[in-house]
Amino acid sequence: MINALGKVFQPGENIVTQGEVGDCMYVIQQGEAEVLKDVDGKQIRVDTMRGGDIFGEIAIVEHTTRSSTVRAITEVHAMTIDRKTFLRRVQEDPSLALNVLKVMAHRVRGLDQELAVLKQSIAASGLETG
Amino acid sequence: MKKSGQDPDLIASTQDQEPAGAAPDASLDSLFTNASTWGLEQGRNSGSPDAEAARDSAASAASKLTDGSRIAVIGGGPAGSLFSYFLLKTLDLVDTQVELDIYEPRLFTHSGPSGCNHCGGVVSESLVQILGAEGVLIPEEVVERGIDSYKMHMDVGAVRIDTPLHEKRIAAVYRGNGPRNSPPAMTTGFDRYLLQLATEYGANWQRQMVTDLQRHEQGWRLHCADNTAADYDLVVIACGINSALLIQTEKLGIKFHRPATLKTFIAEFKLGKQLIETTFGTSMHVFLLDLPKLEFAALIPKGDYVTLCMLGDEIDEELVNRFLNSPEVRECFPENRAPVNACHCFPRINVGPARQPYAEGMVFIGDSGVARLYKDGIGSAYRTAKAAAMTCALHGISESDFKQHYWPACRLITRDNTIGKLIFMVCTVIQKLKFTRRAVLRMVVLEQTLEGRKPRMSSVLWDVFTGSAPYTDVLLRTMHPAFLGHLCWNLVVANLPPIHAADKKVTAT
Repeated sequence: MINALGKVFQPGENIVTQGEVGDCMYVIQQGEAEVLKDVDGKQIRVDTMRGGDIFGEIAIVEHTTRSSTVRAITEVHAMTIDRKTFLRRVQEDPSLALNVLKVMAHRVRGLDQELAVLKQSIAASGLETG
Repeated sequence: MKKSGQDPDLIASTQDQEPAGAAPDASLDSLFTNASTWGLEQGRNSGSPDAEAARDSAASAASKLTDGSRIAVIGGGPAGSLFSYFLLKTLDLVDTQVELDIYEPRLFTHSGPSGCNHCGGVVSESLVQILGAEGVLIPEEVVERGIDSYKMHMDVGAVRIDTPLHEKRIAAVYRGNGPRNSPPAMTTGFDRYLLQLATEYGANWQRQMVTDLQRHEQGWRLHCADNTAADYDLVVIACGINSALLIQTEKLGIKFHRPATLKTFIAEFKLGKQLIETTFGTSMHVFLLDLPKLEFAALIPKGDYVTLCMLGDEIDEELVNRFLNSPEVRECFPENRAPVNACHCFPRINVGPARQPYAEGMVFIGDSGVARLYKDGIGSAYRTAKAAAMTCALHGISESDFKQHYWPACRLITRDNTIGKLIFMVCTVIQKLKFTRRAVLRMVVLEQTLEGRKPRMSSVLWDVFTGSAPYTDVLLRTMHPAFLGHLCWNLVVANLPPIHAADKKVTAT
C-alpha cells in the first residue's frame, strides 16, 4: 500500500477510544468503521462510517475526551486532521468550517430522528403496560 | 515534460491590443459601458462620501453573479479546477445557477510534456488535511506514493525526521500521466482528478486553447484557436506562470503585471517500484549542501520513478551535474550513482507577487497571481482559488470586490513570503557553515532518537521542507528561548573535538 494516505487500521482495531483525550479529527479515506458507545459496561453500536466520513470533530472545538469509540470493521485507511492546522485555516477562511458544520448538522438530524422513534416506542410501550 | 520555457498548450496569439496611449486601467469603451467602472470614476471626481458609497454599492450590485452569469476559467490545473469546484458548490448553497467553462486543451492522460504541468508533484501535509476537511479526498489511484518522513542529507551526516503520528500525510503525485515514454500509468494524474471533480459539480470542460482576450461591453470576449469566440461576465486566469497568455493579459490595459520568476530544474529517474521501496522507501530526501546558487533540492520517490526537484538562483546544467555527483546524492541511488534521467525540464516558478492580480470582472489565481515562496505551490493555488471563489460567490466580481475580499488572502501569502526569504537566508548560512550544519544535525538526531525530547529543530525543519506551516509561525518557534538555548548548546558540543564515534559523521534513521 505505497500510495495510500493516512494510517491503516486492521478490522477490530480501535481508531479512537471513548474517554481518551483527543486533539485531532479523522477523515476515513476508505473502509468501514463502527461507532460504539459504552453504556453501563456494554458497547452499543450507534453508527457506522465509510469513506469520506469525518469523525472526532468535537476534539477540534472542545478540549474534551472522546465521546465514543470508533473501531474498524474492515481494513480502514484514516487520516488525522490536526486541531492547529484546521483552526489556523479556519481563521483565514471561515467557510472551511462549513463542511464540518454540515457533518454535525447531519448528525443532529439523525439523532433527532432516533430520539423521536425512541420516544414513540416508549410512549407506545407505556400505553401497552398502562 | 519539456526542456524549458513556455507552455505550448496555452500559447496566445498576437492579436491587436489596446492602442498606445490607452487608459492604463480601462479601455475607453469599458469606461462608458461598464457600470462598475463608471460608478467608481464618478465617485472619485465628485459627490459626498455618502453619494460615493451609494454609487459604489449600485456599481457593486451590477457586478454580482446571478442566474445565467457566464464564467470562463482559463487553465484546468489545480487553481482553475478548485476555483470552479468551490464557486459552483457555494453558488449552489445560495441557489444561483451559472454557466462555467474551464478552458483546458490538455487531457492530462499523455505521458511527457503534453500532459504535464512541470512541477515536483508534492501535495503538502497541510493541504492533504485541509482538502480532507473540505470533503475532497485524494484517492489512492491519484497518489503515486504516500510520504511519512523526510531524510535530511548534509556532508556531516544524515537524519530521518518522522511525522509525530507516523502517518502518510504527504502525497507524491503526477500532475500529468508520468514522464516521457513511460508506460501508461495505472494511476490518475492529480490535475485530471481535480478537473473531473469540477466537471462533476457542473463545470463544462472546453478542450480549447485560448488565443486572445479582449474587453467587451458587458465583460470579456475570449477567442480560441479554432476561431470561435465567446463572451463572459467573469474571466478567471489560472494558466500558470509558464503560459504566454499572461504576457497577453498585461496588454489589456489593466494594472496587472506578471509575478517575478525563477528557473528551477525537475528530472525523473526510473528505478522501478521495488528498488525505490528498498532505497528511498516512503521518505522524501532533502539536501542541505554547500553548493553555490542552490537553495534547496529534494528527491521525491513516486511509483517507478524518483523526481528530482532543484530550486535556486538560476539553476543550470553545471549546477545539476555538481549536485548529482556530490557524494551525499550519489549514495542515495543504487550503485552509488544517479541513472540517466528519463525526462527533465527547467520550468519557472513564481517567486514574487503579481501586481494587482485582479481587475473589473477578472481575477488571477494560483501561480498567475500569488504563490508561496519555493514551497507548496498547490497549497497556494488552493488558497487563492478558494478566496477568489468566495469573493465571486458571496460579494461580487468588481475590481473593488476583489480588492476588499480577495487581495487580503494574497497579501497574507505575500507577507509570509517576506519572512520566508529570511528563513531561507538562514538556511543558506547553515548550508555554508560546517559548524552550524553539525549543530543542526546533532540537535535533530537527539530529538529523533531520545524519547520524550521535544522536537523543536525537527518541527522547524519539517515545516520548512514541507511548507506545511506559515513561515511566520516557523520563525516564531525559532525565537523560543528553549530553541535558542538548545541550538547554542549544540553549536558548542557538536563542534568539540570528537571523543565518541557517534559524534563523527552521524547517520540516524
